[in-house]
Amino acid sequence: MTFRKYLVLAGVAIFSAAGDSLLARGMRDLGSISLNNLSSLILAILNPWVACGILLLLAFFASYMSALSWADLTYVLPASSLGYVLVALAARFGFHEAVSPARWIGIALITAGVGFVAAGPSLTHSHKLPDDVTSHSEVRL
Amino acid sequence: MKEAYTWAAIALIVISSTTGDILLSHAMKQVGDVSELWKRHGFWKVIGRVLSTPTFFLGLIAMGVAFYSLLFALSWGDLSLVVPASASLTFVANAFAARLFLHERVGRRRLLAALLVAGGVALMAI
Repeated sequence: MTFRKYLVLAGVAIFSAAGDSLLARGMRDLGSISLNNLSSLILAILNPWVACGILLLLAFFASYMSALSWADLTYVLPASSLGYVLVALAARFGFHEAVSPARWIGIALITAGVGFVAAGPSLTHSHKLPDDVTSHSEVRL
Repeated sequence: MKEAYTWAAIALIVISSTTGDILLSHAMKQVGDVSELWKRHGFWKVIGRVLSTPTFFLGLIAMGVAFYSLLFALSWGDLSLVVPASASLTFVANAFAARLFLHERVGRRRLLAALLVAGGVALMAI
């Protein structure tokens, strides 16, 4: 695990949390969308909150796919759950919202779980890499 | 009856999002370490390699099914039941599925971590 790989894992957590929060904020402007009014779902991307949220979720997907290319699913998933913790901490210290005792316990459980996994190896099964990833002889495209 | 529908939808969310995660993880392992690939062959080679992996698209479809079943579940059931139940059950399901299908070594440490995270996520979402 290099520093850059930890950065990618941080990206997975931060982008998903920030993207979800922006989407939720944007959808609050739009109100509820019923099944016979689906066109408003397409217009929803014109809302700046929703548009930024979608951009961040694309960044989440890119970093998630990148992390899965070099780490186990059972390593990446707990890391991604740190996003929930980040949202709660942002709500408490950024927006001065109250965080209930149940949520503090949740934060502790998630943090402990992530710590358990992060202390172990990131990749536990051997898989055959595609030839051009391991060989140096190929011509650069 | 409504409760049965909600739990059926939760089961569908858990199954489809676990399937999606397993397929996407499998696809990216076939692609190989993308930072290595990017360094050696450039950005477009990475994109081309990902887009030519069939399991990537199957994974995307499964994720789409999960997203729409979440929307349907939310239209029947309570937010405070559907979100924590499906999110935490997905963590546990993924731990077992990763051992079974991806042959990841999910030892006591990772299984315990999955249970802790699942419990934590459930508490956070209530």
